[in-house]
Amino acid sequence: MTDGDAKDPLRELQRRIDGAQRALDAQERARGPRQGAKPMGSGLALASRIAIELVVAILVATGLGWAFDRWLGTQPWGMVVMFFLGIAAGMVNVWRAVAGMGMAVGYRQPDGTDAAKDRWDDED
Amino acid sequence: MTIEIKPLEQFQIERIVPFHPFGIDASYTNSALLMTIAAVLVTALVVLGTRRAALVPGRWQSVAEMSYEFVADMVETNAGHGGMAYFPFVFSLFMFILLGNLLGLVPYSFTFTSHIIVTFALAATVFIGVTIIGFAKHGAHFLTLFVPAGVPAVLLVLLVPIELLSYFIRPFTLSIRLFANMLAGHTMLAIFAGFAASVPLFGILPVGIDVAIYFLEVLVAALQAYVFAILTCLYLRDALHLH
Repeated sequence: MTDGDAKDPLRELQRRIDGAQRALDAQERARGPRQGAKPMGSGLALASRIAIELVVAILVATGLGWAFDRWLGTQPWGMVVMFFLGIAAGMVNVWRAVAGMGMAVGYRQPDGTDAAKDRWDDED
Repeated sequence: MTIEIKPLEQFQIERIVPFHPFGIDASYTNSALLMTIAAVLVTALVVLGTRRAALVPGRWQSVAEMSYEFVADMVETNAGHGGMAYFPFVFSLFMFILLGNLLGLVPYSFTFTSHIIVTFALAATVFIGVTIIGFAKHGAHFLTLFVPAGVPAVLLVLLVPIELLSYFIRPFTLSIRLFANMLAGHTMLAIFAGFAASVPLFGILPVGIDVAIYFLEVLVAALQAYVFAILTCLYLRDALHLH
């Protein structure tokens, strides 16, 4: 970032920036929403996400199972079933986060493409 | 001589202005004070920073524009088309959590994001909001979110509960991640500071570690605000783009 002392070069620069921005926007629109783009620190962010995901899924599911048991008097089945469902849900969430499908519930992509595949294609 | 180390004392809620309407404790606490400061600072940054908008931005305008563009890019990238309508919400959320985390790192202040009830309230707002948006946009069709496409009916018995569970776990993971990171970081800082006070002569070592952890905590503060905001965007994408 430099101090502009001349006005005309700045205006010229602004015009060029606007032009480039428009071209970029058009390109962006043509490609649709970017999937799995990587802003700064996203590796750390991903690590922070998946670490908690599995643990909390199991804890919350088991807790829900325990609550169901208390409510319906079905000890210990609710807790057992929900414990394993929690493991499954946690793993599914971790897999989705890593595969670049975000945290989307359901296996579909909004635009019907395979996000994980797109991402690998981009990186090659 | 022994020095008592109380690493958890920093999370104590203190009532500044006691206020008990109808027997409900709605006192103005140190937590609420820090939230007020965070909200005022964010507003001041955006309003004052862009007051004299110049082509070549000054310092504050730069900060305001950078944060705006950072969040705008995040929303556009992750929430997809139509996601920009929710930009004000995501921006407020991101800046509020970021300021909360960073203000907590100021010595003698208080970290309101280290309380699970605060982060859970934020996460529950996101969760309920996204669910309402989903139903408003798609009606009952939103429920197909829980039914994976092209799966045999027998497997649906197993998969639908898993999908439901992973949907309802969202507010918990969202809130616990932020809360646990803040709590752990600040506790660790206080414990090493306590070591420094209780170890004669070699106290310089824990102080050195504390300095290193402090920098790590600055990174974590920004990172957790970012994770919270980006997950909000991803949840929004789910609700907006069902098909």
